[in-house]
Amino acid sequence: MVTAAKKSAVSNTVGTAAPKTARSAARRADKSSGGTPSTLEFSKAEELEAYRQMLEIRRFEEKAGQLYGMGLIGGFCHLYIGQEAVVVGMQAALKQGDQVITGYRDHGHMLATGMDPKGVMAELTGRRGGYSKGKGGSMHMFSTDKGFYGGHGIVGAQVSLGTGLAFADAYRQNGNVCLTYFGDGAANQGQVYESFNMAELWKLPVVYIIENNKYAMGTAVSRASAQTDFSKRGTSFNIPGEQVDGMDVRAVKAAGQRAVEFARSGKGPYILEMLTYRYRGHSMSDPAKYRSKEEVQKMRTEHDPIEQVRARLLEKSWASEEELKAIDAEIRDVMNAAADFASHDPEPDPSELYTDIHR
Amino acid sequence: MPTEVLMPALSPTMEKGNLAKWLKKEGDTVKSGDVIAEIETDKATMEVEAIDEGTLGKILVPEGTQDVAVNTPIAVILADGEDASAASAPVPKAAEAAPAEAPPLQPSPVASAAPAAPAIIHSAVATPPQPEALPEPDVPAGTEFVNQTMREALRDAMAEEMRRDGDVFVMGEEVAEYQGAYKITQGLLQEFGARRVIDTPITEHGFAGVGVGAAFAGLKPIVEFMTFNFAMQAIDQIINSAAKTLYMSGGQVHCSIVFRGPNGAAARVAAQHSQDYTAWYSHVPGLKVVAPYTAADAKGLLKSAIRDPNPIIFLENEILYGHASPVPKLDDYTVPIGKAKIARPGKDVTLVAWSIGMNYALKAAEELSKLGIEAEVIDLRTIRPMDVDTILASVKKTGRCVTVEEGWHQSGVGAEIVAQLMEKAFDYLDAPVLRVTGKDVPMPYAANLEKLALPSVQDVIDAARAVTYR
Repeated sequence: MVTAAKKSAVSNTVGTAAPKTARSAARRADKSSGGTPSTLEFSKAEELEAYRQMLEIRRFEEKAGQLYGMGLIGGFCHLYIGQEAVVVGMQAALKQGDQVITGYRDHGHMLATGMDPKGVMAELTGRRGGYSKGKGGSMHMFSTDKGFYGGHGIVGAQVSLGTGLAFADAYRQNGNVCLTYFGDGAANQGQVYESFNMAELWKLPVVYIIENNKYAMGTAVSRASAQTDFSKRGTSFNIPGEQVDGMDVRAVKAAGQRAVEFARSGKGPYILEMLTYRYRGHSMSDPAKYRSKEEVQKMRTEHDPIEQVRARLLEKSWASEEELKAIDAEIRDVMNAAADFASHDPEPDPSELYTDIHR
Repeated sequence: MPTEVLMPALSPTMEKGNLAKWLKKEGDTVKSGDVIAEIETDKATMEVEAIDEGTLGKILVPEGTQDVAVNTPIAVILADGEDASAASAPVPKAAEAAPAEAPPLQPSPVASAAPAAPAIIHSAVATPPQPEALPEPDVPAGTEFVNQTMREALRDAMAEEMRRDGDVFVMGEEVAEYQGAYKITQGLLQEFGARRVIDTPITEHGFAGVGVGAAFAGLKPIVEFMTFNFAMQAIDQIINSAAKTLYMSGGQVHCSIVFRGPNGAAARVAAQHSQDYTAWYSHVPGLKVVAPYTAADAKGLLKSAIRDPNPIIFLENEILYGHASPVPKLDDYTVPIGKAKIARPGKDVTLVAWSIGMNYALKAAEELSKLGIEAEVIDLRTIRPMDVDTILASVKKTGRCVTVEEGWHQSGVGAEIVAQLMEKAFDYLDAPVLRVTGKDVPMPYAANLEKLALPSVQDVIDAARAVTYR
């Protein structure tokens, strides 16, 4: 890990040799996220698991949207609908002890790490049963048990923090890896590059996942980024990167396994640009006038991550319509129960105002 | 005409140095750029170059002399045909308190007949007043004290805590191989290795975030900022991530981290390198803010800070780094965070200060005593959480209070103390509480303007006389 500069420089050249193939594979990926690069085929069990997990996130988010409309959720609320394949595919590449950190669009990440929908929903409604006792809200939730380190509201801050989590892994030589998620918007923050530099210099076990959903709030990537291929953003630090069809959970998992293995083996950081799309506005109050309805519709009908799995399951007769409906019904029940809990759980006790300021 | 070589000032705050070694001997020919001697400062060993061609005519300060004041003539260089006897031989002097009004000084050649230029003293604190030796509650009677500089005390505190706990590490710019920009981390790399003493790139925002992330994972980083002026680039991570996450996580994720480094004005480094951030950080719930004045407090408080499971802003002062004061010789000396101390007892007026502000307060107290005004000087030591009780107890006795800080007055720490006294000691006050602060300007470079911008001992005396109506 943190070794003398000379040593790093030597391993540097070793580190860059491996990802060449990954890089050229990346170039083959369709930038409009329409193409399907070579992917690991999923088994029936994997397809069904991915289907269930992605659907859980979608139904959770739909329910959150409803509760927001009812005034039960306040403040900012950023939904993850459309991007589900990214976190579900990446999580499948992790092992116990690995860490996950992300920005403000974090509900999907939390569910993917196995956090309880009730606790997440109750945090959204600001109740005492929420993961942060109602004191963090949508953007600030944590579960050290599940290796989830937030939930950060300052765009880009999680990139330095995630690099620090990876620093701790390297310091302890525990073989863990930190997945550090951020968006195409955060990718233009200065501290991202400060972190890239240190991560490569010290060979930290961190995978940077840039969720490129094409819009930083209302600003299209092409209007904000001189280099729109985010997989190249680590080039000047010798960090390998690849573009991944982030709408195909199989492609995500395959890339995730490559990247995580690379980082875990001590070769340093790795960048995965996930080409993805959010169907909803940036937040609940965003009418998303900066893009056409047709653009959204095209994504929904042609590239929806859940529909892709569903179609394969049906095509291969790994599940019937009825079975899939039954899964959906089960998930709806879970989310209804979470919403019910989050609506009836009491608000934090007033005494909580002054707790958790110092330890 | 013989040219005198003067003891050079090698840093903005250097007042004296040791003449470690002569590399040329009397009679040697030297040309401009030749290294003629090595000077040891408390931070580094530096080379002295000849600035003129000629012959090293006379060595005025022998090798091995300690504490040679800046600008003391150390040798004479003779031009062709000149004789060593042409040069007067000023007596080399160890650093002493120089006249306060030293003439402006350039290391220019001095005529042989001219007396040696008086040594310039860069700061007003060449001989820092020491608080009276009041017993610390945690120091057993009969404990031996050793004189240490604050620099050594801080280094010892880190080394002791790193020996004690493998999760403690130090990171920052130049902390390892260079041994610290201000030599606070001297020797740590040698003892603990590159895994635990980590040189960072110049990337304050980034490495502050990396430190906070490592703390989230349970490590206990000491993040050194070369100065807190540069930490402004990192203040988002300090406040938004380090200070708030325990609360935002409902108590799940804590952040045991120390951000430390010199804060405030050093000497002649102008506005961007001279800001006092005490009030800024003291504003923020979730942080603790510590600013010691003595070496003993620096050591004891830094050890406590490293063990504290919360984010600590540890504000040092460059001018105080080289000052020595007694440190108790104990295996494990800690000072509790959040406790002020009475540095000088008195009955007529309370002076509240911390860090270098104590220097003004203690000097003023000495002068006030000559006027028959006995000032009680409180060294706040911790700014947040503030030990308001100690201030209140003192003010209830004296009925008068003056605060002293180098920072600006608006929303300053003094303003907070004034408000606390208004709320909690209004009926005990016999005069309005006054603040002595830095002037409301960016720090100027020019020596005279800089002096005007900083508080002075006289300012404190004037304020104390005003509130005691004497």
